[in-house]
Amino acid sequence: MSKARTSLTRTSLVHLALIGYAIISVFPVFLTLINSMKDRNAIFRNPMQLPTPETFDLVGYTTVLGQGDFATYFQNSFIVTVASIALVLLFGAMAAFALSEYRFRGNTLMGLYLAIGIMIPIRLGTVAILQGMVATGLVNTLTALVLVYTAQGIPLAVFILSEFMRTVSDDLKNAGRIDGLSEYAIFFRLVLPLVRPAMATVAVFTMIPIWNDLWFPLILAPSEATKTVTLGSQIFIGQFVTNWNAVLAALSLAILPVLILYFIFSRQLIRGITSGAVK
Amino acid sequence: MGSLQLKSVRKSFGNVDVIKGIDLDVKDGEFVIFVGPSGCGKSTLLRIIAGLEDATSGSITINGTEVVTVPPAKRGIAMVFQSYALYPHLTVKDNMGLGLKQAGAPKDEIEKRVAKASGMLSLEKYLARRPAELSGGQRQRVAIGRAIVREPKLFLFDEPLSNLDAALRVNTRLEIARLHRELKATMIYVTHDQVEAMTLADKIVVLDAGVIQQVGSPMELYNRPANLFVAGFIGSPGMNFIDAGRLGASDAKTIGVRPEHITLSRESGDWQAKAVHVEHLGADTIVYLESEKVGAFTVRLFGEHHYQPDDVVFATPAENQLHRFDANGRAIR
Repeated sequence: MSKARTSLTRTSLVHLALIGYAIISVFPVFLTLINSMKDRNAIFRNPMQLPTPETFDLVGYTTVLGQGDFATYFQNSFIVTVASIALVLLFGAMAAFALSEYRFRGNTLMGLYLAIGIMIPIRLGTVAILQGMVATGLVNTLTALVLVYTAQGIPLAVFILSEFMRTVSDDLKNAGRIDGLSEYAIFFRLVLPLVRPAMATVAVFTMIPIWNDLWFPLILAPSEATKTVTLGSQIFIGQFVTNWNAVLAALSLAILPVLILYFIFSRQLIRGITSGAVK
Repeated sequence: MGSLQLKSVRKSFGNVDVIKGIDLDVKDGEFVIFVGPSGCGKSTLLRIIAGLEDATSGSITINGTEVVTVPPAKRGIAMVFQSYALYPHLTVKDNMGLGLKQAGAPKDEIEKRVAKASGMLSLEKYLARRPAELSGGQRQRVAIGRAIVREPKLFLFDEPLSNLDAALRVNTRLEIARLHRELKATMIYVTHDQVEAMTLADKIVVLDAGVIQQVGSPMELYNRPANLFVAGFIGSPGMNFIDAGRLGASDAKTIGVRPEHITLSRESGDWQAKAVHVEHLGADTIVYLESEKVGAFTVRLFGEHHYQPDDVVFATPAENQLHRFDANGRAIR
């Protein structure tokens, strides 16, 4: 920032590091994709090889799309992810606003309590959660998953958003109060648009673990009607025989929707950053 | 149109008393300026009047109505903030109209009042723009326009010129003075800049450490400061304070004399002194001197004078312009 002058070695080193990291990150995805389009022998004989005319085979995809209710699984994953993100953003942002805006007894304590949620993995409470879901009759419903994922996502959301909300000018909120906006209007109409980049960040961080989760769908909603994609693709993994073509094809398909969601949010993220810079 | 009474208003944050009992009476149409060093509680006091902070105790009356329990939007006030605080996602027109819209005013009424206010501030050309597309001075005019549109009983200004550069500051200051004449509205204005205070105010309230030090017209404060703090705060360069013992005066502890009330001569005078530093400002020449008799002091001469550092000169204070202060720092009259 302090220097406009760029040195070639410096830039190339930075790029080298970034390219290296990008390769490491993308490699498993790449491997999944190429192998999903090869026949079974080729997967094991030459896992690194690109599909050639001899080894090219879409049997995995036909199995996945033919067998089971993959459309339903996708739909379930999608509903659970979108609903959870929406609830995490709504409640997380509201809690963050309260913590950053109002002075009340126990404010700091409440903030710390919520922050503890980031440090303690929610899976430790699985047994209790299952008992609770059984008692409320929510087992084998998508609601159960949405509730758990919302609880799982809120601590990080509150943590990130409250930091961002502290940067929103007090004068702006006060101007709203003098103009007769209610606290809700101040929150929704003044503060939320200004922390949109942070909301996009939170959405991305929340979305990926939810989409990829196997644990809670397996425990709380394993029924055919409520299976998510990750759980659905497990039917191809057996104790003795694993249908690798199908597993890889299912995983490749599962990447798509999450990619689309990511693009939506990252566009927001970039727009937020540039609008801030221009102002 | 609007008057304001404060009765023993106090404010504490935890154990810290920020405002320690303020009584103040602002008459209809007055331009009152709160001035004081940073941390003196002037902004807090303004926010208490606006209803953005609750007073710990005391009563606030606007136009004869007790408003302590009334929310900011219903107090009949409008506020202009230092950071403009414009809504970034609304156009200039919507920024100005939002308050009325929230209050449920009819559309043509809003339209009319926005047109009038933007006419006063020559903002007609910018009505469709967003704040990000305006310069600092224009933004502050929009913020003032937003206040005018509400036709409040009380205008509150919280250091509105601090974010502007020097030239714009003078222009906007003139603009605010003109608005005050045209609108004949009651205005309360917070600043730490004594030039703004002296040039704009009908009445200046000097605050320090959460207590009112003196209330009066600019010239009253200049000519008859009530205590050492006010004497030192008003006027630039600040008043010279001299230990009364050194001048052989027995009725006072400290003698104050303003830099502009001392004359310099190379031949003769009361205090022999040596020039330490000289500032040539064109219209003024400010000479910093060191004397064995009275210590360091400053002299402000009008016009150009060719004194140099290390020149030996004689200073003579104007006898009828001396201020006397007792051991507690209060003026002796």
